[in-house]
Amino acid sequence: MRLPELDAILADINRIILGKERPVRLSLACLLARGHLLIEDLPGVGKTTLAHVLARVLGLDFQRIQFTSDMLPADVLGVSIFDRDSGAFHFHPGPIFTQVVLADEINRATPKAQSALLEAMEERQVTTEGKTRALPEPFFVIATQNPTHQIGTFPLPESQLDRFLLKVELGYPDAAAERELLAGADRRQMVAALVPRIAPQQLLELQERVRAVHASPALIDYVQILAAHTRTAPHWQAGLSPRACLGLLAVARAWALLDGRDHVLPEDVQAVLPGIIGHRLRPMDDTARTDPHGVAAALIEAVPLP
Amino acid sequence: MARIDRPVSRRQAWWLLAGAVATCLPLAPQFPLWLALAAAAALSWRAALTWRQWHLPPRWLLVMLVIAGTAGVFLQYRTTLGRTPGVALLVIFLALKLLELRTARDAVATALLCYFLILGQFLFTQTIPTALLACLTLLITTAALLAASDDRPEPQQQLRRAGLMLAQALPFMLLLFVLFPRVQGPLWGIPQDRFSAVSGLSDTMSPGSIAQLSQSDAIAFRVKFKGETPPQSQLYWRGPVMPSFDGRNWRVTQTLGAYAEVPYTGLGAPVDYEVTLEPHGKFWLFALELPATLPAESALTSDYQPVARQAVRNRLRYTQRAWPEAIAGINEARNLLGAAVELPKDGNPRIRAISAAWRAQHGDDSAAILAAAENFFSRQLLIYTLNPPLLGADMVDEFLFDTRRGFCEHFAAAFVFALRAAGVPARVVAGYQGGEVNPVDGYLVVRQYDAHAWAEAWIAGRGWVRVDPTAISAPSRISGNLADAVPAGEALPFLARGDLAWLRELRYRLDAVSNGWNQWVLGYNPQRQRDLLASLGLNEPDWRNMTAILSVLCGAVMLGLTAWILRNRLRVDPALAAWRRFTARLARRGIAWQPWEGPQAFAERAARQAPMHAAAIGEIAALYARVRYGPAPQAGELIRLKARISAFRP
Repeated sequence: MRLPELDAILADINRIILGKERPVRLSLACLLARGHLLIEDLPGVGKTTLAHVLARVLGLDFQRIQFTSDMLPADVLGVSIFDRDSGAFHFHPGPIFTQVVLADEINRATPKAQSALLEAMEERQVTTEGKTRALPEPFFVIATQNPTHQIGTFPLPESQLDRFLLKVELGYPDAAAERELLAGADRRQMVAALVPRIAPQQLLELQERVRAVHASPALIDYVQILAAHTRTAPHWQAGLSPRACLGLLAVARAWALLDGRDHVLPEDVQAVLPGIIGHRLRPMDDTARTDPHGVAAALIEAVPLP
Repeated sequence: MARIDRPVSRRQAWWLLAGAVATCLPLAPQFPLWLALAAAAALSWRAALTWRQWHLPPRWLLVMLVIAGTAGVFLQYRTTLGRTPGVALLVIFLALKLLELRTARDAVATALLCYFLILGQFLFTQTIPTALLACLTLLITTAALLAASDDRPEPQQQLRRAGLMLAQALPFMLLLFVLFPRVQGPLWGIPQDRFSAVSGLSDTMSPGSIAQLSQSDAIAFRVKFKGETPPQSQLYWRGPVMPSFDGRNWRVTQTLGAYAEVPYTGLGAPVDYEVTLEPHGKFWLFALELPATLPAESALTSDYQPVARQAVRNRLRYTQRAWPEAIAGINEARNLLGAAVELPKDGNPRIRAISAAWRAQHGDDSAAILAAAENFFSRQLLIYTLNPPLLGADMVDEFLFDTRRGFCEHFAAAFVFALRAAGVPARVVAGYQGGEVNPVDGYLVVRQYDAHAWAEAWIAGRGWVRVDPTAISAPSRISGNLADAVPAGEALPFLARGDLAWLRELRYRLDAVSNGWNQWVLGYNPQRQRDLLASLGLNEPDWRNMTAILSVLCGAVMLGLTAWILRNRLRVDPALAAWRRFTARLARRGIAWQPWEGPQAFAERAARQAPMHAAAIGEIAALYARVRYGPAPQAGELIRLKARISAFRP
């Protein structure tokens, strides 16, 4: 049975991000699976809006970091400043101390600034000047990046890309959606008018429910042979890591919950697969730019259900 | 496949050492002490090297050791060929091969050498314990061979794997054993020394020679009667006949192969039986009196004793027919009758005098003389004993008139002497009397302590007549057994004693097992194979159709094993099997399920293509998804799924 709060959240987002039901749903699934989200697409297709909307409807604090090439780690994490009155250093938390961080155009920053963010993503805590500070719960990073072949970008290395559970692409809207967008109200006002559908505590409960979604032995077999196929097939430089497999299963669980089911079906795995493999499987021919949906479809069709 | 020149690990070395020790240990008693010690020293050296992880000895040293070992074997046996020297050489080579165990290739070679030496054990003995020991050695060696390719599993696991592999090989072994075309006789000649110490009847008889046998409970032969077992008193197993007497010893005269067929006719019903004769190193074959047929490869002597063309050096099985009543030798040749009254010129005057009196009284009436002799023997009150006193030069006289104590050979010898002295042709017949039916398998077992001697007299008009003088004095020896006949307190072989019932029972069972092994494993010869195949409906088997059957059956076993393994590996979820039936039905309607397609996705597509069945398809897909992928599978749902699919007719 479908959960009404999730349907309401999806409906809210889809009212603002028009004609992108699938990426929107994937993004929500990613957050329900406690993963960080990477949105990659051309400038101006609604990446930032999507991140913003997600934070608003989930009722989470939201900070935005615009990454630039002259950015320093302190700009992300925060800095200690000497307070003349008290005669001591006081830590001024950076923009990362929030529930949802929108890391805009992450690949325009230098690797130094990128790694400051990515370490925080993995550890869910920040260590500066010898002191460790926990990040709030829940904590999401929604990063956007321009396609790496664009000018002025520092591509993220595979190890850091792997920390993003899912990568979604938005793409141009179709004609009808675009027309509605053009004819409709101002998106910024609409976002500002959004009211949270759930409280942060409810989000944590939903995340727990995702973890409880049943994955049968037959389904785990399927995930395993999919991963095994990526490791043995000659198309890719390296196959899916065990962390990627865990992620695939987690997102598939969230997808099943969004569909109102208490168990994962192969369809769930197949639906989220493009988002899992898009930033992880690198083709042997490095220069070829491949559509993750096409790659995922080929992979799915090459692996029969066990 | 792993590379053949990769180095041998420590664990692999231990395994192969274990295999080599298990192989060499059962062979050790066959070799002189120096050889066993040399092999043990080489193995211990290798164990020390493995333990300390020291370097293996250099090649030149090994070459010298091989030369020294070969020279030692040559000096010991004066040859390096033949059974014992050949196996000894292989044992030395195996021990030294372990000292140059460097690569996987060496490991495999060592294991194969072990296999060969396991076979070598059977050149010495072929008993059940040997076979069981060989199975154990086989298991260890197979585990060592497995370890040579993968040494990661723990020893227990390795042994289990080896056991499983051997178990899988078992059906093939049985098929090959039963169906592989047999050759007559053993595959390789077993040298003569095997029967050098076998006890049994010999071709001479002197006082005490059979009494000696009475202390042995070794088996002489086993008999399986086709019908009823005849009464104990008829079980005279005819062996060497001894017509020649030199005053002390009775001897067989060389009259081999006088008849190709029996020269007499029987009265009454014949008795059919099968003898499994233990090897005794002599030519004669034992047969129930009087033999009506001759076993293959044998002939009858002039005194009606079947003899084989070759000495019996292997366990021999032959079927026989006997006439308990027969008239034989009415027209016996003159020279034979003449020989049957010959006596030394002097000695034993007292019995000669009595015989002369019979002769004077009855003249040529040999039947009357025989009756007189029987009468005389019963009146002498002779005592049947296992411990007769020693006799001097006139032993017949001393036995009959002084000591009056004797074993069957004394009785037979004295009786024949008395008849000959009275001019009646007579001869001593040695053999076995009686036997014991093993209640477990129904075989009559004749042991050495059943050895016996009796007399045969030629009566005009009746031919040769069996007379058992022992029966006159100790009738219970013939109707019962040895223990009944001898005085209480005399030392008897264990098995001949009447008490110790539980021990006899145990011995019966062991003997039945051992007999089964002899009959069906060691004695599985071309004849047995033909009989068995005929009883299975395959008449006239030749090597061509046997090979064909063999290949077909081996193929069938192989398929069966493969199917079993695959079944274990690919056990299909019943829900999945039902789902496949469902999709197959839709496929016939042109709606093909893609093997990668999830149930819901397929149901949606199929419902679009066949809208009239949309509801049923949707229900089945939802049920299947729940049963196969849902939590806590419920039996009721699976049954419903199967029922829906059975009812589904697109």
